[in-house]
Amino acid sequence: MKPAAFAYHTPASKAELLSLLSELEDARVIAGGQSLMPMMNLRLAAPSHLIDLNSLPELGGIAQDGDTLVIGAMTRQREAERSPLVARVCPLLRDALEHVGFQQTRNRGTVGGSIAHMDPTAELPVVASALDGVLIIESVRGVRRVPMGEFSVGYLATQVEPDEVLVRIELPLWPEGHGWGFEEVTRRGENFSVVCVAALVLLDGAGRISRAAIAVGGLAAAPVRLTEAEAVLTGAVPSEEAISAAAAFAGELEADDALFVPPDFKQHLARVLTTRALRSALERAGSQVHA
Amino acid sequence: MHEARTISIEVNGVLREAAAEPRIHLADFLRHTLGLTGTHIGCEHGVCGACTVLLDGASVRSCLTLAVQAHGRTVTTIEGVAAPDGALHPLQAALAAHHGLQCGYCTPGVVMTLIELQRELDGQPIEEPAVRKALAGNLCRCTGYQGMVDAALSVLNAQQTTAMEGSAP
Repeated sequence: MKPAAFAYHTPASKAELLSLLSELEDARVIAGGQSLMPMMNLRLAAPSHLIDLNSLPELGGIAQDGDTLVIGAMTRQREAERSPLVARVCPLLRDALEHVGFQQTRNRGTVGGSIAHMDPTAELPVVASALDGVLIIESVRGVRRVPMGEFSVGYLATQVEPDEVLVRIELPLWPEGHGWGFEEVTRRGENFSVVCVAALVLLDGAGRISRAAIAVGGLAAAPVRLTEAEAVLTGAVPSEEAISAAAAFAGELEADDALFVPPDFKQHLARVLTTRALRSALERAGSQVHA
Repeated sequence: MHEARTISIEVNGVLREAAAEPRIHLADFLRHTLGLTGTHIGCEHGVCGACTVLLDGASVRSCLTLAVQAHGRTVTTIEGVAAPDGALHPLQAALAAHHGLQCGYCTPGVVMTLIELQRELDGQPIEEPAVRKALAGNLCRCTGYQGMVDAALSVLNAQQTTAMEGSAP
Protein backbone atom coordinates (compact mmCIF):
# COMPACT_ATOMS: atom_id res chain seq x y z
CA MET A 1 0.00 0.00 0.00
CA LYS A 2 0.92 3.66 -0.20
CA PRO A 3 1.05 6.28 2.55
CA ALA A 4 -2.04 8.43 3.04
CA ALA A 5 -1.63 12.06 2.03
CA PHE A 6 0.14 14.34 4.50
CA ALA A 7 1.53 17.85 4.59
CA TYR A 8 5.32 17.75 4.40
CA HIS A 9 7.53 20.14 6.35
CA THR A 10 11.29 20.64 6.19
CA PRO A 11 12.25 22.95 9.07
CA ALA A 12 15.38 25.02 8.48
CA SER A 13 16.36 25.18 12.14
CA LYS A 14 15.68 23.46 15.44
CA ALA A 15 13.69 26.51 16.53
CA GLU A 16 11.45 26.14 13.50
CA LEU A 17 11.08 22.41 14.21
CA LEU A 18 9.96 23.05 17.79
CA SER A 19 7.55 25.75 16.72
CA LEU A 20 6.03 23.45 14.04
CA LEU A 21 5.62 20.73 16.67
CA SER A 22 3.86 23.13 19.02
CA GLU A 23 1.50 24.45 16.34
CA LEU A 24 0.55 21.47 14.20
CA GLU A 25 -2.14 18.96 15.11
CA ASP A 26 -1.47 15.28 14.42
CA ALA A 27 2.16 15.75 13.36
CA ARG A 28 4.88 13.12 13.33
CA VAL A 29 8.59 13.68 12.91
CA ILE A 30 10.40 11.43 10.46
CA ALA A 31 14.06 10.61 11.06
CA GLY A 32 15.43 7.66 9.07
CA GLY A 33 11.89 6.46 8.45
CA GLN A 34 12.81 2.80 8.69
CA SER A 35 10.00 2.09 11.16
CA LEU A 36 7.62 4.98 10.41
CA MET A 37 7.62 4.50 6.64
CA PRO A 38 6.55 0.83 6.86
CA MET A 39 3.79 1.90 9.26
CA MET A 40 2.71 4.63 6.82
CA ASN A 41 2.89 2.30 3.82
CA LEU A 42 0.68 -0.16 5.70
CA ARG A 43 -1.52 2.73 6.89
CA LEU A 44 -0.95 1.78 10.51
CA ALA A 45 0.16 5.40 10.80
CA ALA A 46 -1.40 8.23 8.82
CA PRO A 47 -0.23 11.54 10.30
CA SER A 48 -1.69 14.75 8.89
CA HIS A 49 1.72 16.41 9.02
CA LEU A 50 5.16 14.93 8.51
CA ILE A 51 8.10 16.97 9.79
CA ASP A 52 11.35 15.84 8.22
CA LEU A 53 14.37 15.98 10.54
CA ASN A 54 16.72 15.20 7.64
CA SER A 55 16.94 18.93 6.92
CA LEU A 56 18.64 19.47 10.30
CA PRO A 57 22.25 18.23 10.28
CA GLU A 58 22.68 19.85 13.70
CA LEU A 59 20.70 16.94 15.18
CA GLY A 60 23.40 14.44 14.14
CA GLY A 61 26.94 13.72 15.23
CA ILE A 62 28.84 11.65 17.79
CA ALA A 63 31.14 13.18 20.39
CA GLN A 64 32.76 12.31 23.69
CA ASP A 65 32.19 14.76 26.52
CA GLY A 66 34.30 13.58 29.44
CA ASP A 67 32.81 10.29 30.64
CA THR A 68 29.77 10.58 28.39
CA LEU A 69 29.19 9.58 24.79
CA VAL A 70 26.83 12.11 23.22
CA ILE A 71 24.95 10.93 20.14
CA GLY A 72 22.75 13.26 18.12
CA ALA A 73 19.35 11.68 17.53
CA MET A 74 19.75 11.91 13.74
CA THR A 75 23.05 10.02 13.68
CA ARG A 76 22.68 7.19 11.17
CA GLN A 77 23.01 3.74 12.68
CA ARG A 78 25.60 2.90 10.04
CA GLU A 79 27.65 5.99 10.97
CA ALA A 80 27.70 4.96 14.63
CA GLU A 81 28.50 1.35 13.66
CA ARG A 82 31.57 2.53 11.71
CA SER A 83 32.65 5.23 14.16
CA PRO A 84 36.18 4.63 15.54
CA LEU A 85 35.16 6.61 18.66
CA VAL A 86 32.19 4.33 19.36
CA ALA A 87 34.33 1.22 18.80
CA ARG A 88 36.95 2.52 21.22
CA VAL A 89 34.87 3.88 24.10
CA CYS A 90 31.58 1.98 23.77
CA PRO A 91 32.16 -1.40 22.09
CA LEU A 92 28.83 -2.71 23.44
CA LEU A 93 27.00 -0.19 21.26
CA ARG A 94 29.14 -1.03 18.25
CA ASP A 95 28.43 -4.76 18.62
CA ALA A 96 24.70 -4.19 19.05
CA LEU A 97 24.47 -1.89 16.01
CA GLU A 98 25.59 -4.72 13.76
CA HIS A 99 22.35 -6.51 14.66
CA VAL A 100 20.01 -3.58 13.97
CA GLY A 101 17.94 -4.27 10.85
CA PHE A 102 19.98 -4.69 7.68
CA GLN A 103 22.77 -2.63 6.18
CA GLN A 104 20.23 -1.07 3.81
CA THR A 105 18.11 0.09 6.76
CA ARG A 106 21.11 1.09 8.93
CA ASN A 107 22.31 3.38 6.13
CA ARG A 108 19.19 5.44 6.68
CA GLY A 109 17.88 4.49 10.11
CA THR A 110 18.98 6.65 13.02
CA VAL A 111 20.06 5.97 16.59
CA GLY A 112 17.43 8.37 17.94
CA GLY A 113 14.71 7.00 15.69
CA SER A 114 15.21 3.45 16.94
CA ILE A 115 15.13 4.51 20.58
CA ALA A 116 12.13 6.82 20.12
CA HIS A 117 10.20 4.10 18.27
CA MET A 118 10.88 1.67 21.18
CA ASP A 119 10.09 -1.55 19.38
CA PRO A 120 10.12 -4.14 22.19
CA THR A 121 12.64 -6.25 20.27
CA ALA A 122 14.94 -3.37 19.24
CA GLU A 123 18.60 -3.59 20.23
CA LEU A 124 19.46 0.06 20.88
CA PRO A 125 17.03 0.63 23.78
CA VAL A 126 18.60 -2.40 25.47
CA VAL A 127 22.07 -0.91 25.11
CA ALA A 128 20.85 2.47 26.36
CA SER A 129 19.25 0.70 29.32
CA ALA A 130 22.42 -1.21 30.25
CA LEU A 131 24.44 2.02 30.06
CA ASP A 132 21.92 4.08 32.10
CA GLY A 133 21.46 6.33 29.09
CA VAL A 134 19.72 9.70 29.36
CA LEU A 135 17.42 10.97 26.65
CA ILE A 136 17.31 14.68 25.91
CA ILE A 137 13.85 15.77 24.79
CA GLU A 138 13.03 19.28 23.62
CA SER A 139 9.97 21.38 22.90
CA VAL A 140 9.13 25.07 22.95
CA ARG A 141 8.34 24.48 26.63
CA GLY A 142 11.95 23.59 27.36
CA VAL A 143 14.44 20.75 27.65
CA ARG A 144 13.86 17.54 29.61
CA ARG A 145 16.36 14.87 30.58
CA VAL A 146 14.68 11.45 30.91
CA PRO A 147 16.55 8.38 32.18
CA MET A 148 16.18 5.38 29.87
CA GLY A 149 14.53 3.44 32.70
CA GLU A 150 11.63 5.92 32.75
CA PHE A 151 11.32 6.44 28.99
CA SER A 152 8.76 3.77 28.12
CA VAL A 153 5.11 4.29 29.05
CA GLY A 154 3.73 1.23 27.25
CA TYR A 155 3.90 -0.73 24.04
CA LEU A 156 5.55 1.47 21.34
CA ALA A 157 4.86 4.46 23.59
CA THR A 158 7.35 6.79 25.26
CA GLN A 159 7.45 9.90 27.39
CA VAL A 160 7.91 12.04 24.26
CA GLU A 161 4.80 14.24 24.09
CA PRO A 162 3.22 15.26 20.76
CA ASP A 163 4.95 18.67 20.85
CA GLU A 164 8.33 17.20 21.82
CA VAL A 165 11.22 15.60 19.95
CA LEU A 166 14.15 13.44 21.05
CA VAL A 167 17.25 15.41 20.10
CA ARG A 168 20.16 13.65 21.80
CA ILE A 169 21.17 10.52 23.67
CA GLU A 170 23.77 10.62 26.42
CA LEU A 171 25.47 7.35 27.29
CA PRO A 172 27.61 7.36 30.46
CA LEU A 173 30.80 5.49 29.54
CA TRP A 174 32.36 2.63 31.48
CA PRO A 175 36.06 2.84 32.40
CA GLU A 176 38.70 1.50 30.07
CA GLY A 177 39.18 -2.22 30.60
CA HIS A 178 35.50 -3.01 31.19
CA GLY A 179 34.03 -6.10 29.57
CA TRP A 180 30.93 -6.23 27.41
CA GLY A 181 28.71 -8.81 25.78
CA PHE A 182 25.75 -8.54 23.42
CA GLU A 183 23.74 -11.63 22.48
CA GLU A 184 20.50 -12.15 20.64
CA VAL A 185 18.38 -14.87 19.07
CA THR A 186 16.51 -14.15 15.85
CA ARG A 187 13.93 -16.26 14.10
CA ARG A 188 15.73 -15.84 10.78
CA GLY A 189 19.29 -14.67 10.18
CA GLU A 190 19.60 -10.91 10.57
CA ASN A 191 15.93 -10.38 11.29
CA PHE A 192 14.18 -8.91 14.34
CA SER A 193 15.43 -10.38 17.58
CA VAL A 194 13.18 -12.49 19.80
CA VAL A 195 15.22 -11.74 22.90
CA CYS A 196 18.47 -9.79 23.22
CA VAL A 197 20.76 -9.21 26.19
CA ALA A 198 23.45 -6.60 26.88
CA ALA A 199 25.95 -7.11 29.72
CA LEU A 200 28.72 -4.95 31.14
CA VAL A 201 31.21 -5.84 33.87
CA LEU A 202 34.15 -4.20 35.57
CA LEU A 203 36.76 -6.06 37.63
CA ASP A 204 38.76 -4.67 40.54
CA GLY A 205 42.50 -5.17 41.07
CA ALA A 206 41.88 -8.51 42.82
CA GLY A 207 39.87 -9.85 39.90
CA ARG A 208 36.50 -9.54 41.64
CA ILE A 209 33.48 -8.05 39.89
CA SER A 210 33.21 -4.46 41.10
CA ARG A 211 30.30 -3.44 38.88
CA ALA A 212 27.82 -5.18 36.60
CA ALA A 213 24.90 -4.12 34.39
CA ILE A 214 22.57 -6.44 32.49
CA ALA A 215 19.61 -5.43 30.32
CA VAL A 216 17.18 -7.81 28.64
CA GLY A 217 14.99 -6.86 25.67
CA GLY A 218 12.08 -8.62 23.95
CA LEU A 219 10.21 -9.81 27.04
CA ALA A 220 8.04 -6.77 27.61
CA ALA A 221 7.33 -3.33 26.12
CA ALA A 222 10.63 -1.95 27.40
CA PRO A 223 14.04 -3.41 28.26
CA VAL A 224 14.36 -4.75 31.80
CA ARG A 225 17.42 -4.28 33.99
CA LEU A 226 18.45 -7.31 36.04
CA THR A 227 19.14 -5.30 39.17
CA GLU A 228 19.01 -8.34 41.48
CA ALA A 229 21.49 -10.21 39.32
CA GLU A 230 23.73 -7.15 39.22
CA ALA A 231 23.70 -7.04 43.03
CA VAL A 232 24.57 -10.73 43.26
CA LEU A 233 27.47 -10.31 40.86
CA THR A 234 28.91 -7.22 42.51
CA GLY A 235 31.76 -8.30 44.78
CA ALA A 236 31.70 -11.87 43.49
CA VAL A 237 34.63 -13.78 42.08
CA PRO A 238 33.88 -14.51 38.43
CA SER A 239 32.78 -18.12 38.10
CA GLU A 240 30.31 -20.25 36.21
CA GLU A 241 28.29 -20.51 39.44
CA ALA A 242 28.07 -16.72 39.69
CA ILE A 243 27.05 -16.50 36.04
CA SER A 244 24.37 -19.17 36.51
CA ALA A 245 23.03 -17.47 39.63
CA ALA A 246 22.76 -14.16 37.76
CA ALA A 247 21.21 -15.76 34.67
CA ALA A 248 18.58 -17.49 36.81
CA PHE A 249 17.05 -14.07 37.50
CA ALA A 250 16.67 -13.54 33.74
CA GLY A 251 14.74 -16.82 33.50
CA GLU A 252 12.24 -15.55 36.05
CA LEU A 253 11.41 -12.24 34.38
CA GLU A 254 7.83 -11.69 33.32
CA ALA A 255 7.43 -12.24 29.59
CA ASP A 256 4.57 -11.11 27.36
CA ASP A 257 2.86 -13.68 25.19
CA ALA A 258 3.58 -13.12 21.51
CA LEU A 259 2.84 -14.85 18.25
CA PHE A 260 5.18 -17.84 17.72
CA VAL A 261 7.05 -17.09 20.93
CA PRO A 262 5.51 -18.40 24.17
CA PRO A 263 6.60 -16.69 27.39
CA ASP A 264 8.49 -19.70 28.76
CA PHE A 265 10.58 -19.86 25.59
CA LYS A 266 11.43 -16.17 25.96
CA GLN A 267 12.41 -16.75 29.59
CA HIS A 268 14.60 -19.65 28.52
CA LEU A 269 16.27 -17.43 25.91
CA ALA A 270 16.74 -14.65 28.46
CA ARG A 271 18.54 -17.04 30.80
CA VAL A 272 20.75 -18.58 28.10
CA LEU A 273 21.61 -15.25 26.45
CA THR A 274 22.40 -13.67 29.83
CA THR A 275 24.82 -16.53 30.47
CA ARG A 276 26.52 -16.02 27.11
CA ALA A 277 26.64 -12.23 27.40
CA LEU A 278 28.15 -12.44 30.90
CA ARG A 279 30.75 -14.97 29.77
CA SER A 280 31.80 -12.65 26.91
CA ALA A 281 31.86 -9.64 29.19
CA LEU A 282 33.96 -11.35 31.86
CA GLU A 283 36.38 -12.73 29.29
CA ARG A 284 36.80 -9.30 27.71
CA ALA A 285 37.39 -7.77 31.16
CA GLY A 286 40.32 -10.14 31.49
CA SER A 287 38.84 -12.81 33.74
CA GLN A 288 39.48 -16.51 33.34
CA VAL A 289 36.14 -17.99 34.32
CA HIS A 290 36.47 -21.48 35.76
CA ALA A 291 33.52 -23.78 35.73
CA MET B 1 1.57 21.35 1.34
CA HIS B 2 -0.04 18.08 0.23
CA GLU B 3 0.36 19.16 -3.36
CA ALA B 4 3.10 17.99 -5.66
CA ARG B 5 6.38 19.82 -5.57
CA THR B 6 9.09 19.84 -8.19
CA ILE B 7 12.11 17.84 -7.21
CA SER B 8 15.39 17.26 -8.98
CA ILE B 9 17.45 14.14 -8.47
CA GLU B 10 20.58 13.05 -10.27
CA VAL B 11 19.59 9.56 -11.39
CA ASN B 12 22.29 7.41 -12.97
CA GLY B 13 24.32 10.51 -13.79
CA VAL B 14 21.47 12.47 -15.37
CA LEU B 15 19.67 15.29 -13.61
CA ARG B 16 15.95 14.48 -13.63
CA GLU B 17 13.34 17.03 -12.64
CA ALA B 18 9.71 16.11 -12.05
CA ALA B 19 6.74 16.75 -9.80
CA ALA B 20 6.16 14.47 -6.82
CA GLU B 21 3.52 14.41 -4.14
CA PRO B 22 5.15 14.20 -0.70
CA ARG B 23 3.55 10.80 -0.07
CA ILE B 24 5.15 9.18 -3.16
CA HIS B 25 8.03 6.98 -2.15
CA LEU B 26 11.23 6.88 -4.15
CA ALA B 27 10.54 3.45 -5.69
CA ASP B 28 7.23 4.63 -7.18
CA PHE B 29 8.83 7.88 -8.35
CA LEU B 30 11.58 5.97 -10.14
CA ARG B 31 9.16 3.49 -11.69
CA HIS B 32 6.09 5.53 -12.49
CA THR B 33 7.39 9.06 -12.98
CA LEU B 34 10.80 8.36 -14.48
CA GLY B 35 9.90 5.04 -16.14
CA LEU B 36 12.86 3.24 -14.53
CA THR B 37 11.08 -0.04 -13.88
CA GLY B 38 14.24 -2.01 -13.13
CA THR B 39 13.79 -1.16 -9.46
CA HIS B 40 11.27 -3.70 -8.24
CA ILE B 41 8.75 -3.50 -5.42
CA GLY B 42 8.12 -6.60 -3.34
CA CYS B 43 6.84 -6.13 0.17
CA GLU B 44 6.72 -2.33 0.25
CA HIS B 45 7.54 -2.26 3.95
CA GLY B 46 11.28 -2.70 4.09
CA VAL B 47 11.60 -6.45 4.51
CA CYS B 48 12.41 -7.90 1.08
CA GLY B 49 15.10 -5.61 -0.37
CA ALA B 50 13.86 -5.85 -4.00
CA CYS B 51 13.66 -2.04 -4.19
CA THR B 52 17.24 -1.42 -3.01
CA VAL B 53 18.93 1.53 -4.76
CA LEU B 54 21.99 3.60 -3.93
CA LEU B 55 21.27 7.03 -2.42
CA ASP B 56 24.44 9.11 -2.47
CA GLY B 57 26.24 5.78 -2.85
CA ALA B 58 24.66 4.04 0.16
CA SER B 59 22.19 1.18 -0.27
CA VAL B 60 18.68 2.08 0.88
CA ARG B 61 15.16 0.71 0.60
CA SER B 62 13.54 3.00 -1.96
CA CYS B 63 10.10 2.02 -0.60
CA LEU B 64 11.11 3.48 2.79
CA THR B 65 12.43 6.76 1.38
CA LEU B 66 10.16 9.51 0.14
CA ALA B 67 10.94 10.86 -3.31
CA VAL B 68 11.01 14.40 -1.87
CA GLN B 69 13.75 13.25 0.52
CA ALA B 70 15.97 12.44 -2.47
CA HIS B 71 15.70 16.01 -3.80
CA GLY B 72 19.16 17.38 -4.52
CA ARG B 73 20.82 14.01 -4.08
CA THR B 74 22.15 11.28 -6.35
CA VAL B 75 20.44 7.95 -6.96
CA THR B 76 21.86 4.91 -8.74
CA THR B 77 19.44 2.26 -9.95
CA ILE B 78 20.01 -1.05 -11.75
CA GLU B 79 19.66 0.84 -15.07
CA GLY B 80 22.87 2.72 -14.22
CA VAL B 81 24.98 -0.34 -13.49
CA ALA B 82 25.89 -1.85 -16.88
CA ALA B 83 28.26 0.03 -19.19
CA PRO B 84 26.68 2.41 -21.74
CA ASP B 85 27.39 -0.12 -24.49
CA GLY B 86 25.35 -2.69 -22.59
CA ALA B 87 28.30 -4.71 -21.26
CA LEU B 88 27.28 -6.17 -17.91
CA HIS B 89 28.94 -5.09 -14.68
CA PRO B 90 31.24 -7.92 -13.45
CA LEU B 91 28.80 -8.64 -10.59
CA GLN B 92 25.91 -8.95 -13.07
CA ALA B 93 27.96 -11.23 -15.32
CA ALA B 94 28.96 -13.37 -12.34
CA LEU B 95 25.33 -13.71 -11.19
CA ALA B 96 24.45 -15.02 -14.66
CA ALA B 97 27.46 -17.35 -14.79
CA HIS B 98 26.83 -18.80 -11.32
CA HIS B 99 23.05 -19.20 -11.73
CA GLY B 100 22.55 -16.51 -9.11
CA LEU B 101 19.06 -15.72 -10.40
CA GLN B 102 16.01 -17.56 -11.68
CA CYS B 103 12.95 -15.32 -11.98
CA GLY B 104 15.17 -12.28 -11.48
CA TYR B 105 12.71 -10.28 -9.40
CA CYS B 106 15.10 -9.80 -6.49
CA THR B 107 18.19 -9.39 -8.69
CA PRO B 108 18.25 -5.58 -9.09
CA GLY B 109 18.27 -5.21 -5.30
CA VAL B 110 20.90 -7.89 -4.92
CA VAL B 111 23.15 -6.18 -7.45
CA MET B 112 22.86 -2.79 -5.73
CA THR B 113 23.70 -4.37 -2.36
CA LEU B 114 26.74 -6.14 -3.82
CA ILE B 115 27.96 -2.98 -5.55
CA GLU B 116 28.01 -1.18 -2.20
CA LEU B 117 29.78 -4.16 -0.61
CA GLN B 118 32.40 -4.17 -3.36
CA ARG B 119 33.03 -0.46 -2.93
CA GLU B 120 33.35 -0.76 0.86
CA LEU B 121 35.74 -3.73 0.60
CA ASP B 122 37.94 -1.70 -1.74
CA GLY B 123 39.85 -4.81 -2.85
CA GLN B 124 40.05 -6.45 0.57
CA PRO B 125 39.13 -10.17 0.58
CA ILE B 126 35.86 -11.33 2.14
CA GLU B 127 34.76 -14.61 3.75
CA GLU B 128 31.56 -16.39 2.80
CA PRO B 129 29.68 -15.69 6.09
CA ALA B 130 30.22 -11.96 5.59
CA VAL B 131 28.76 -12.16 2.07
CA ARG B 132 25.74 -14.02 3.43
CA LYS B 133 25.32 -11.37 6.11
CA ALA B 134 25.53 -8.60 3.51
CA LEU B 135 22.84 -10.34 1.44
CA ALA B 136 20.59 -10.97 4.46
CA GLY B 137 18.51 -7.92 3.55
CA ASN B 138 17.66 -9.25 0.09
CA LEU B 139 15.08 -12.01 -0.04
CA CYS B 140 15.05 -14.50 -2.93
CA ARG B 141 12.11 -16.89 -3.21
CA CYS B 142 13.19 -19.11 -6.10
CA THR B 143 16.82 -19.92 -6.83
CA GLY B 144 18.09 -19.49 -3.30
CA TYR B 145 21.30 -17.93 -2.21
CA GLN B 146 24.14 -20.30 -3.05
CA GLY B 147 24.49 -19.05 -6.62
CA MET B 148 24.47 -15.44 -5.43
CA VAL B 149 27.11 -16.12 -2.81
CA ASP B 150 29.30 -17.97 -5.33
CA ALA B 151 28.91 -15.12 -7.81
CA ALA B 152 29.76 -12.48 -5.21
CA LEU B 153 32.80 -14.36 -3.95
CA SER B 154 34.09 -14.91 -7.50
CA VAL B 155 34.13 -11.17 -8.13
CA LEU B 156 34.96 -9.81 -4.68
CA ASN B 157 37.88 -12.21 -4.18
CA ALA B 158 39.02 -12.16 -7.82
CA GLN B 159 42.20 -10.23 -7.01
CA GLN B 160 43.18 -12.69 -4.29
CA THR B 161 42.55 -15.67 -6.58
CA THR B 162 44.65 -14.08 -9.30
CA ALA B 163 47.42 -13.26 -6.83
CA MET B 164 47.46 -16.81 -5.46
CA GLU B 165 47.57 -18.32 -8.94
CA GLY B 166 50.34 -15.92 -9.88
CA SER B 167 52.44 -16.95 -6.88
CA ALA B 168 52.03 -20.69 -7.47
CA PRO B 169 55.25 -22.42 -8.41
